[in-house]
Amino acid sequence: MSLAARVSPSPHPVVQALHAEWTKLRTVAGPAWLLAGIIALTVTVGAAAASAAQCSSAACGIDPAKVSFTGIYPGQAVVAVAGVLAIGNEYSTGMIKLSLTAMPRRLTWLFAKTAVLTAPVLIASALAVAGSALAGRLILPGHGFTPAHGYASLTAGTDIRAAAGTVVYLTLITLLSLGIATAVRDSAAAIGLVLGLLYLFPILAAVISDATISRRLQQIGPMSAGLDVQATIGVNSLPLTPWQGLGVVALWTAAALLLGALVLKSRDA
Amino acid sequence: MTTRAVTPYRSPVTAPRESFWHLVHAEWTKFRTVRGWVIAALVTILAITAFAFLAGSISGGCTAVSGASAAASTAACPVQPTGPGGEPVQDAFYFVHRQLTGNGTITAQLTSLTGQVDVGPGSNGQPQTAPGLQPWSKAGIIIKENTAQGSAYAAMMATGSNGVRMQWDYVNDTPGLPGSVSVSAPRWLRLVRDGDTVTGYDSADGAHWMPVGTVTLPGLTTTVKAGLFTAAPGTDAATVTGVFQHIGLSWPATGWTATNVGGTGPNGVGQPGTLSQSGGALTVTGGSGDIAPAAGISVQRALLGTFFGLVPLIVVSAMFMTGEYRRGLIRVSLTAAPRRGRLLAAKAVVIGAVGFVAGLVAATLALAVATPIVRRTGIPVWPASPLTEARMVAGTGALLALAGVLALAIGTIVRRSAPAIAAVIVVIFVPYLLAFGPLSGGHGRAGGGGGGWALQVTPVAAMAAQQALPKFYQVTAVYRVSDGYYPLPGWAGLAVECAWAAAALALAFYLLRRRDA
Repeated sequence: MSLAARVSPSPHPVVQALHAEWTKLRTVAGPAWLLAGIIALTVTVGAAAASAAQCSSAACGIDPAKVSFTGIYPGQAVVAVAGVLAIGNEYSTGMIKLSLTAMPRRLTWLFAKTAVLTAPVLIASALAVAGSALAGRLILPGHGFTPAHGYASLTAGTDIRAAAGTVVYLTLITLLSLGIATAVRDSAAAIGLVLGLLYLFPILAAVISDATISRRLQQIGPMSAGLDVQATIGVNSLPLTPWQGLGVVALWTAAALLLGALVLKSRDA
Repeated sequence: MTTRAVTPYRSPVTAPRESFWHLVHAEWTKFRTVRGWVIAALVTILAITAFAFLAGSISGGCTAVSGASAAASTAACPVQPTGPGGEPVQDAFYFVHRQLTGNGTITAQLTSLTGQVDVGPGSNGQPQTAPGLQPWSKAGIIIKENTAQGSAYAAMMATGSNGVRMQWDYVNDTPGLPGSVSVSAPRWLRLVRDGDTVTGYDSADGAHWMPVGTVTLPGLTTTVKAGLFTAAPGTDAATVTGVFQHIGLSWPATGWTATNVGGTGPNGVGQPGTLSQSGGALTVTGGSGDIAPAAGISVQRALLGTFFGLVPLIVVSAMFMTGEYRRGLIRVSLTAAPRRGRLLAAKAVVIGAVGFVAGLVAATLALAVATPIVRRTGIPVWPASPLTEARMVAGTGALLALAGVLALAIGTIVRRSAPAIAAVIVVIFVPYLLAFGPLSGGHGRAGGGGGGWALQVTPVAAMAAQQALPKFYQVTAVYRVSDGYYPLPGWAGLAVECAWAAAALALAFYLLRRRDA
């Protein structure tokens, strides 16, 4: 009876699920390390790239925003690990059975999982991007990225778009990874698939040497399309417009989450 | 009542000898009985083989003349000359020659080397030139089988900024006297033909001669052309002018014949050369062109699916250890093989063998698939000797084996699948991508900046073992990663990956022994 009394003023099931998932997330050490890893890796690699960049003439063709955000190349792998582990850990530890017993509405559970992971990843991504942009602003003007070479401002509208777009990109990659992990239910296979999807398209586009196929691969691949959002020079010659590129990533993410939801709903856990 | 002492049960089965190969056999059994892992190893082979079918996807803008079904929209390729070794060559220069039958010697003093270089379009949009020389602008004496493109030759020459050189049969180069040519510092050049060998000499004063090189031109015909030449690498507007004096021939011959080797137009000289004589001096001006190796592709394109094959292999290799931790099998494994280092070594042997065999099979299949495809593109193909192909196949095997061992070691260190796999994929794939990344301006340069260093210090350096295209320092060219050029030689690249795998394995060994399972 005392048990019933404690449970009775129950909030909405979605709120309950969110609260439960938040408790799971904050009480293990892994996610915190991963979030710190996103920031550290992205900013370090970005600062190193900015230090290595050198623009010696007006037509050097190097995009300062892309250089500042070079850390996204490895950083997105940490983001992907966070997304994969959010689901993969449930399956590898058998926790999934307990979770789905406590929250039998599976899609509600998936929604809560997604929402609870998105918020901290979004914050970590914003910090990583802000740190990279700051490092770029401090370092790049000393390496020839000056108004004399056509780099007038690093706070123009395009730079804001590049930074905001990169945060959105990282967040979408988390959701993509989470969707794929839900579909394949195994951390190892999921991370292989996600990183293969991200890295193999641009590698193939670079070595294929057929301009038409290469451009098409850059439009389809989530990484090459998504990082179009970082372009601040030569925007007109991109395979996609910056926001279209981010749209491609959103489509991949939506497809992965949909697939994950279908698998979760239809299969035994 | 008395209690009988009970003899404890002893298994009649004798304990197996604790042999390392038993351990390897046990680990191999673990590997081959997991269906998913075997499938992943097969996917590695399949992916590499499948992408070999894309080896011909190159936009060359022309189609091979032999292709009967050539699309009407693309022009026929200009016929690229090939050298004595079957390699694609440039052979376009201004040649002032006489006939030589049998043995003979030609000597000349070069007193001036000048030229025009392209400095970009002017205000009227026409290309503009200014006095100057390319580093490999050249003028000198040459003995060449005939005036057809691609025929055998040996030449002594002065160059824009690389001193006197002896070059022969397009791909070979050896240095002579350093420094540039002027009236006060002329260069004496001499070629001595004896059968099918030619010896080059140079001298600063015409009295003291130093041999530069003796080369064999196999099957050189008795009757050859010998004379003076100039060639100006660069754009169509470039020219080179050489002033020759004290021209001495050891055989009787009169008059000079001038030929623009290759004619004018594609694969020929940019503009016809001119010859003027005053007193004993011959002034030879040649249009743009070069006698040098040409750009091309190679069967290396067969292996562009290697990265696709690496992903499943890395996943499986990491899981080979992390799977033990996830299922608690590690406790059984370590009970059965209490010497933990040997367990790790046995796993490394198994996964290394799996990767090596997968690489061998995949690369062999890929080369078989891609060789005819690459030849059909109509783009000049650099010949790869059987030895080179064997190196590419074995290199692919070694590359995959070492990547597998690296993933196994990282898996042992991290003990969790996802972070281990992500770490290995990042450390191999991201340096490669950075070569095309923001710093390179999208060009993928292999040398110097633009991410070139990343391809020298990370495991992906081992991709160099697949390189079949040779680099030539005597040609001004940009060697791009996307075209298949790597900054390190193949063996050095594999050594870098080996160092990574060894370091990771050492750390894994230390941690596995030190930590609780």
